[in-house]
Amino acid sequence: MTINDLPRPNPGRAKLLGAATLLLFAAGSAAGLFLVPADALQGEVQRLLYVHVPAAWLAMLSFFVVFVMSVLYLIQRDPKWDLLAVSAAEIGIVFTALALVLGSLWGKPTWGVWWTWDPRLTTTAIMLMIYVGYLVVRSFADDPEKRARWSAIIGIVGFVDVPIVYLSVLWWRTLHQPPSSPRSMAGEFVYVLLLNVAAFTLLYIFLMVRRYRLAIAERHVEELRLTRDDGRIT
Amino acid sequence: MKSSLALRTWAILWKDLLIELRTKQSFSAMVFFAALVLFLFGFAIGPDSATLARLGGGLLWIAIAFTGMLSLGRTFQSEEVAGGLDGLRMYPGEIRAIYLGKLLTNFSMLVVLEIVLVPVAVVLLQLEPWGRFPLFVGITLLGTFGFSVIGTFYASLTQHLRARELMLPLLLFPALVPVFLGAVNGTTLALAGDPLDRIGGWIRLLISFDIIFFVVCIWIFPLVLEE
Repeated sequence: MTINDLPRPNPGRAKLLGAATLLLFAAGSAAGLFLVPADALQGEVQRLLYVHVPAAWLAMLSFFVVFVMSVLYLIQRDPKWDLLAVSAAEIGIVFTALALVLGSLWGKPTWGVWWTWDPRLTTTAIMLMIYVGYLVVRSFADDPEKRARWSAIIGIVGFVDVPIVYLSVLWWRTLHQPPSSPRSMAGEFVYVLLLNVAAFTLLYIFLMVRRYRLAIAERHVEELRLTRDDGRIT
Repeated sequence: MKSSLALRTWAILWKDLLIELRTKQSFSAMVFFAALVLFLFGFAIGPDSATLARLGGGLLWIAIAFTGMLSLGRTFQSEEVAGGLDGLRMYPGEIRAIYLGKLLTNFSMLVVLEIVLVPVAVVLLQLEPWGRFPLFVGITLLGTFGFSVIGTFYASLTQHLRARELMLPLLLFPALVPVFLGAVNGTTLALAGDPLDRIGGWIRLLISFDIIFFVVCIWIFPLVLEE
C-alpha cells in the first residue's frame, strides 16, 4: 500500500467540526467561568477543574488510541494506523503536559506546593516520559516501516506499563500518607464538567483529523525525498 | 521444538559468557563504575553513616541501574561485528531464543556484578543485610530479573537507532518505575527491618511485573527483529 492510497479526511467536514468545537468550547468555558458559583472552600481557583479534568481525560484517551492503533498496525501493517498512532501520541503528550501544568497551578494555592508525590500526579509524569520516548524513537528511526513497527511496540509495552506504574506508586504513597480522596460534587458542577469534557473530546477529534492529514503530507514529502536520494546515489 | 529453544538459548548464553570470560574488560569496568557511583553518593550525601545506611537500599539500586544500563547497551553491539545478529537470525528454529539468551546473559552478568558490589556497598554504606539475608537476596534477584527482562527488550529495540546510548535510558527508566520502587522499598525493608510486615506486597509487585513483562516481551520480540 503506498501513501497515495491512504484515505484522507474531507477538509470541508473538518472545518465544520472545527466550528462546532469552537462553539462547544465557548459554551463550556462560559459555563465554567461565569455560570457556576465558585467553590465555597477553594474559591475561584477551583474553576481549574473544568479544564484540568478534561485535559487529563484526553491524555488517557489519546494513549488508549495509540495502543489500539499500534495493535492494528502490527496486525495489518497498514501505514494509516501508524500515522493515526503518532497523531494520537502527539496530542496526548500536549494534553498530559497541560494537565500537569494545570494541576500544578491548582496545587500551589490548595495544597501549598507545586508538586506532590501523589500517585495520579506521579503516574501522569511518568506516562509523559514514556510517550516522549515513543516520539523520540520515531525521530531517530530513518526507515518508515521500521519506525512504524518499533514505535507500535513501544506504544503497546508503554500502555501495559502505565497501570502497573500507577499501582506501584499508589502502594508506595499509601505506606506514607493516605491518598487525597475525591470530593463529592453537586449536580451543576458535574454538568458543567461534562460539558467541558464533551468540548475537549470534540477538540480531540478535530485535532486528530488535522494532525492525521499533516502526517500523510509528511510521509508524502519523506517518500519523495527518499526516492530522489535513491536516484542520486545509484 | 522445546529442546531446540532451550538449546539455542543456552548456546547464545554460553557464547556471550565465553566472550566475556575471555576478554574480561567490560566486566571489570562495570564493577569499578558501580563502585564509583557508590563513592559519588558518599560524597554527595556526606559522611554521616546513619544517613547513608538509611538510604542504602536506594543507593544500591541506583548504582545497579546505572551500571546495568551501560552493560545492556553492549548486549547487541557485540553482534554488530561481521553481521552477527543476521547470522543468529538465519539459524533455523525459534527466534525468541535470541531474546532468551541475551536476557539470561544480562541477568547473569548483573548477578555477578551484584556479588561483587553488595560487599562493597556493605562496607561503604555500612549496611546490615545479614539479619534477613535470604529475603535481601530474593528481592535483589527479582529486581535484577525485572530489570533484565525489560532492559534486554529495549536494548534490542534501540540497537539500530541513531543516538541509541541516549534512547535506551530514555525508554528504559520510565518503564522500570515499578521494578525500581519494588526493589528499593523491598531492599530497604530487608535491610532496616520490617515491623509492619509490608515486604510481602513489594515482593508480589516484583513477581507480577517480572511475569507480565516476561510474557509481553517474549511474545512481541520476533516483531522487533523482523527485517
